[in-house]
Amino acid sequence: MGGMAAPQVAPVETPDTEEVPAYDRPWVTIVWDDPVNLMTYVTWVFQKLFGYSREKAEQLMLDVHHKGKAVVSSGARERMEHDASQLHAYGLWATVERS
Amino acid sequence: MFRRHGDRYVAIFAVDEARVLRKVASEVVGLLTDGFDHGDPVVGRLFPAVYPEDAANTAEFRRYTEGDLKTAKIDQAGAILAALPDGEAGGEVRLDAEAAEAWLRALNDARLAMGVRLEIKDGMDLGEELDDAVAEDPTSSRVFQLSVYAYLGYLQESLLNALID
Repeated sequence: MGGMAAPQVAPVETPDTEEVPAYDRPWVTIVWDDPVNLMTYVTWVFQKLFGYSREKAEQLMLDVHHKGKAVVSSGARERMEHDASQLHAYGLWATVERS
Repeated sequence: MFRRHGDRYVAIFAVDEARVLRKVASEVVGLLTDGFDHGDPVVGRLFPAVYPEDAANTAEFRRYTEGDLKTAKIDQAGAILAALPDGEAGGEVRLDAEAAEAWLRALNDARLAMGVRLEIKDGMDLGEELDDAVAEDPTSSRVFQLSVYAYLGYLQESLLNALID
């Protein structure tokens, strides 16, 4: 994945079209509990893929483990499909649905 | 088991361990190439339905992502084969950070595949499972497969700990 390079020029004043309103972001990526994946590995994947802190990643992992699933990201549908395919590359069991 | 040496992740493998790793990595490659079959529960686990209730959208998602995902999984299994000592030998494996991450993912794929075949369940005690299998028939394939599965778990954990350290 590409890094977030600092812009070389000052951005022109334009309406912010990147920011999608909450009501337009009804999709979530869900990770399901799995008897094989190591807890430490799942935590590491959450940190690695989403840049979450160790505390947040660990909490999400525990939610997956104890509740059977957890929402790990939310946003536009295409973005969630991207997240799910990344999670599949790491062997996590991820699905996408409307929140 | 892996340990960190500077910016490398190093482990010494006995001949048997290297042989087992070659075998499981090759089996994963085989599963993803010639043996690729959506009806196989292992393939189902490695390539989960992204919309479990929606076959059409799942198929659409697969059309765009499955090729890359398959290639990535073959490459990461290949990273294990590439780093192991040549031939039938054991010996030292030294990984940089990128190869270490490929190994982690590949070891996980191999464990997932074996986990499906062995019907590993949540909360299952691997030690007890192995004891039961040995009591039933110490020469069975299940005894061997469970031992390999446990070994891959230790190996993956040691590599992860070395990376996080």
